[in-house]
Amino acid sequence: MDKLLFLGDEAIAQAAIDAGLSGVYAYPGTPSTEITEFIQDSKMARERGIRSEWCANEKTAMEAALGMSYAGKRAMYCCKHVGVNVAADCFVNSAITGVNGGLIYIAADDPSMHSSQNEQDSRFYANFAFIPALEPASQQEAYDMIHYGFDLSEKFKEPVMMRITTRMAHSRAGVTRKAEVRNQNERSLPQDKKQFILLPAIARKQYNALLAKQPDIIKESETAGWNKYFDGENKKLGIIACGIGYNYLMENFRDKKCPYPVVKVQQYPLPQCMIEKLYNECDEILVLEEGQPLVEQQMRGFMNNGKPIHGRLDGTLSRVGELSPNMVGKALGLEIEGGLEIPALVAPRPPKLCDGCPHVDSYTALNEAMKSFPGGRVFSDIGCYTLGALPPFEAIYSTVDMGASITMAKGASEGTLLPSVAVIGDSTFTHSGMTGLLDCCVDNANVTIIILDNEITGMTGSQKSSATGRIESICTGMGVAPEHIRVINPLKKNHEENVAIMKEEIGYKGVSVIIPRRECIVAMNKRLKAERAAKEKAAKQN
Amino acid sequence: MKIDIILCGVGGMGALSSAAIISKAALDMGWYMKQAETHGMSQRGGDVQSHLRLSDQPINSDLIPEGQCDIILSVEPMEALRYLPFLNKKTGWVITNSTPFVNIPNYPDYAAIEAEIKKIPNHILFDADAVAKEANNPKGTNMVVLGAASKYLGIDIEKLEDAVRSNFGKKGESIVNANIAALRAGRAVADK
Repeated sequence: MDKLLFLGDEAIAQAAIDAGLSGVYAYPGTPSTEITEFIQDSKMARERGIRSEWCANEKTAMEAALGMSYAGKRAMYCCKHVGVNVAADCFVNSAITGVNGGLIYIAADDPSMHSSQNEQDSRFYANFAFIPALEPASQQEAYDMIHYGFDLSEKFKEPVMMRITTRMAHSRAGVTRKAEVRNQNERSLPQDKKQFILLPAIARKQYNALLAKQPDIIKESETAGWNKYFDGENKKLGIIACGIGYNYLMENFRDKKCPYPVVKVQQYPLPQCMIEKLYNECDEILVLEEGQPLVEQQMRGFMNNGKPIHGRLDGTLSRVGELSPNMVGKALGLEIEGGLEIPALVAPRPPKLCDGCPHVDSYTALNEAMKSFPGGRVFSDIGCYTLGALPPFEAIYSTVDMGASITMAKGASEGTLLPSVAVIGDSTFTHSGMTGLLDCCVDNANVTIIILDNEITGMTGSQKSSATGRIESICTGMGVAPEHIRVINPLKKNHEENVAIMKEEIGYKGVSVIIPRRECIVAMNKRLKAERAAKEKAAKQN
Repeated sequence: MKIDIILCGVGGMGALSSAAIISKAALDMGWYMKQAETHGMSQRGGDVQSHLRLSDQPINSDLIPEGQCDIILSVEPMEALRYLPFLNKKTGWVITNSTPFVNIPNYPDYAAIEAEIKKIPNHILFDADAVAKEANNPKGTNMVVLGAASKYLGIDIEKLEDAVRSNFGKKGESIVNANIAALRAGRAVADK
């Protein structure tokens, strides 16, 4: 079969379709978004009836994926690393229930925080929940491992995590598909009716069963073939290279063999025998892992009184950020001949709101309105509008996690910081803002919540928003007085009127909601282009 | 054989589209390739880059090591300079548009940028915006730069044109034709 040009994300998506997937459940998040988008756009997925709409948030997504697995089908859940936090309740407990149909959780980590608030390493979650994790080093391996991952999940009746990072998710390479496409599972119910009932008495039993599976799961890591031991003549150093860390290692030995013994790790828990052999045969160990030092910590132990273990913890590699070929080369003591220096005149070019973006007009009005309330603060959230923190606006004082603007504003107002204003996007509002709004209404908190409704999930590239067409009814349903739900059109010509409305509602003592509503400019341009292309096509057919 | 390329510019200028087109053409020629890029927040008017690696041998790293990049291909002059640590000091080429994209208040003086680019031993600095306008595709700057670079890529221009057809096909025939025109106009500049 011909090689196809796939992003890592797309390789995963195509693999899942080919491996008998019945449904994917996800909320958009960089760098995981393209997995679900690929399935949504796939003709083959449509023909096979694969479920692929966006979910309200990562928790609802993971729970639905678990439900599909309960029905015996193969399901996949995708998120960015911080999305695992949102779904963590289900994540940990689903290891204790186990699964019925194969279930894969994709966690796309973002070391160096290209588009994220932190660089947490999802492998810690898999380790903590006692489930197997896979970490491919190439797009082809990602494709092949999805097939294996579903089989593995069904073999151990446990969910399996696939952990990828930005450079895997958003890097393209040629991928060869398997010749055969697997059928979807028939519907089947769990044999044990109590498997999913985590009452304490049952949960204890299930938890013990999960722990009892661990030796076999470790044995699987040893024998499945994804973890490999490569011998080397020079035993002064033994290298553990995890995921794409292996690629950076080999980049430094392009035309020659790596002189040191290497364990290539792509499946967790760690393959015990291979690691022991490496440790016993070599004088010192170097751990190369993309992300936080999970394996390095495991190798050292708290006392760190064995052989020298090098990596991110002892400063051999940077404690933070992504790995790179040069960083790994330096850790190996190799001479690196760099390039030219960046001339001093090169200025940083931070991201900014697009020309014509409705948020620009909303922030311009808000800044004007807040001049009347010099003691107040604006709390914000995760989305394009987080760029309101940068010049020229410098309008917001917080961005912490999805939905936190509303609840932080509530808490701050209760701590006598008045006025406290929240700025949140439409999609973030239905993701995790609604429950905070309910708290505000129950307590009759003195807050003003500005829901920037651009009718799309903007920052991740124009995905459908669960909020579209529902915001006012959600707000009234939660208990906001209808006269304090104000919809405005964020346009320059409406500036004076919008400022006046904002001032009025910020001055109101109670819960008020302002909804600046105008289509995202990027989404609008995409829509117009698509309409033009469709017209052109139709004209040609006539 | 290996060619390591950094494609760069500002979000929305099409640097990533160019990368995808070279990748498609390279794959169709049976080469190994890897192409890393970043999506998400950085695309909102910030600097964007893609590491593109082509070889007749399997490729290890998705990222190009510092000092080993063969071509920096930029749709914006200041952005071309941002990636110089990756450029091979002796043999590397910088091929860049000369029209600045000014969306920051502290954008440096163009004459100083030009002076820095001219310090690089191998460079092609030309007004790709003007060439794109002449080719009746003012938004096709990225295709013009790609066309100019095609001479140094070892990929036939026809293969690149096929890749343009395949990548832009969904957007309609007029977009495909406009991009191919810009690509050819860029190649003509390099051939002069």
